[in-house]
Amino acid sequence: MALPSYTETRYRIWHYIYITICTFVFFFLIAPLFVIFPLSFNAEEFLVFSEGMKNLDPDAFSLRWYKDMIYGTKNPWGLAAKNSFIIAIFATIGSIILGTLAALGLSSRHMPYKGIIMATLISPMIVPLIISGVAIFFFMAKVGLAATHAGIVLAHIILGTPFVVITVTATLSGFDHSVTRAAASLGSNPVNTFMKITLPLILPGVISGGLFAFVTSFDEVVVVLFLAGLENTTIPIQMWTGLREQLSPTILAVATCLILLSTLILVTAELLRRRSERLRGINR
Amino acid sequence: MSSETNKILTTDGIPLEVSLKKAEKKNKIKAFLLVAPLLLFLIITYVFPIGEMFSRSIDDKMITNMLPKTFKEMEKWDGKELPPEEVFAAFYYDFKILVEKQEHGKLGQRLNKEKNGFNSITKKLFRQVKRKKIDESISIKEQIMKVHKRWRTVEYWQAIKRTAPPYTLAKYLKGMDMYYGADGSVVQVEEDRRIHRILWLRTLEIAFFVTLFCFLMGYPIAHLLATLPMKYSNLLMICVLLPFWTSLLVRTASWMILLQQQGVVNDFFVMIGLVADDNRPEMMYNKVGTYVAMTQILLPFMVLPLYSVMKTISPSLMRAGKSLGGTPFVAFWKVYFPLTIPGIGAGCLLVFILAIGYYITPALVGGASGTLISNQIAFHMKQTLDWSFASAMGLMLLSGVLVIYWIYNKLVGVDNIKLG
Repeated sequence: MALPSYTETRYRIWHYIYITICTFVFFFLIAPLFVIFPLSFNAEEFLVFSEGMKNLDPDAFSLRWYKDMIYGTKNPWGLAAKNSFIIAIFATIGSIILGTLAALGLSSRHMPYKGIIMATLISPMIVPLIISGVAIFFFMAKVGLAATHAGIVLAHIILGTPFVVITVTATLSGFDHSVTRAAASLGSNPVNTFMKITLPLILPGVISGGLFAFVTSFDEVVVVLFLAGLENTTIPIQMWTGLREQLSPTILAVATCLILLSTLILVTAELLRRRSERLRGINR
Repeated sequence: MSSETNKILTTDGIPLEVSLKKAEKKNKIKAFLLVAPLLLFLIITYVFPIGEMFSRSIDDKMITNMLPKTFKEMEKWDGKELPPEEVFAAFYYDFKILVEKQEHGKLGQRLNKEKNGFNSITKKLFRQVKRKKIDESISIKEQIMKVHKRWRTVEYWQAIKRTAPPYTLAKYLKGMDMYYGADGSVVQVEEDRRIHRILWLRTLEIAFFVTLFCFLMGYPIAHLLATLPMKYSNLLMICVLLPFWTSLLVRTASWMILLQQQGVVNDFFVMIGLVADDNRPEMMYNKVGTYVAMTQILLPFMVLPLYSVMKTISPSLMRAGKSLGGTPFVAFWKVYFPLTIPGIGAGCLLVFILAIGYYITPALVGGASGTLISNQIAFHMKQTLDWSFASAMGLMLLSGVLVIYWIYNKLVGVDNIKLG
């Protein structure tokens, strides 16, 4: 931001202070993530920068912890990754189906009691996770789904649907309902209209809601801590136990992989957001 | 008169009004049916279980079911002096059944919570009953009173009487460091044992300061992001969005590495000469760690609502303020700042709600002095297995959050929450 040439000195100084503060905050936000990368290539067992690393000695770096993550003996990460992906994928599908249907109903202007129903549907996002965890645990224990994949998937559907409801409702707010009426008047049945007209138009919202649901499930640890048995361990659970008990650099290797995954998701979400903004621009 | 004749009819001969109402109703049902699956699912798996937490937190039926005859007889007893023979007899017969079912230990434990000293005297009584030392043909009162002197003390019988109602608020009182005294009045725990009150206050304090720090740090960068040209702001936005999308545990792990005694932050302090190498401050496993890590983790939730509000404020308003004679400060304070208040409200409430229920980060970097009420709930769920107390504490926390949620809903509207 260049200042106009007529700016007085004291405002100039203020401006530079402001830029400095902003730089500091951006640094504070992003820098912690970048400590993980170099340390995950540490040749030694400690989670500190060794002298060799500070001098950029190539012997101080190794892929040892990545090997340990993949081939290590008695290694929990393989099972955890498999479980995490299975649970997250099913939870995402469930959240998308239930959430999209609900969003379609909620954006109809005929919907009764919209306020209270919306507040109920969003509540799992607002209620502290520990309380959701206790409540869901009581339910799952009662119906015998504790320590099963199905129970965890259901729990994550509960936590994931609010995101789908919010994003799809937002997409539908810019949706021109006359196109569905046009389809109906041309003889299309409602299901066909939804598949051929509505769904393609709201797809960016559905997918970005799905991404939120996926990340929520993939990163969720509080509820899983209550529900999971040894068989259902997930990546967050393994990280949680690892961080509590023995801090090994293998965790940093896993963390690096997770950061790469979140970068991928961020790029996808950003592209979708732009596309949906463009589409909404055309509608107006 | 004319309204009858002028009624507009549809082609089927039905009045238009009726036909429209019918269509309206059909649409309502259609819309509701779309929402119904999710609503039902949430009610069964989520709303009801939270209700169940409530009934669990006040439930005290176990002892009511253990001593049915005793409590029936106790209704006639005024509770001032030692109860009459009938109460003793009823208690003895209830106890005999419990001994047969081997549940006398549970009774002792439950009564011990009500008044210390019950555990040992129920065990003594159990031995007498087991050896069939008690003769049912003579006064049972006399024989029980001989077992131990506490059975001759009226306070112990009063304690039993207090457990009669099937519901109790004792768990809620315990959550606020209070309990029922001997005469049934509410008493405060001694000052040095008020652990829960400290936790509640600390939770509020940490949530408040984290919200404040997030606001102080988030406001300038949201402003910068909203005013910079698109191509720069998009790049800087990544700094906000990448942490937002990154796993909570990864971010907590990176803070653990940074803040440890041999960590990067301490290295840096030593390098610039702020602290001596052999006197590195402890920055983790205390409040400092909780503050720093939670602020960084929750900052995106402050920046995003602020940004979406600031984006809609036209830059010409500031220019107009300045051209009307205001200094940049006045223009900012009188024009720009009031326009951002909805964003500030949304961001602060969101961060506060999230912070007040935080669990993972405080548990990992908070140590003993930086943990919150959620950690206490988890402790009782997993370690002491006092689920009814965990439920009571959870509901106390939930009621606080719901009040803020309600304010949020009034102020911002849940349907106006924006993500990403």
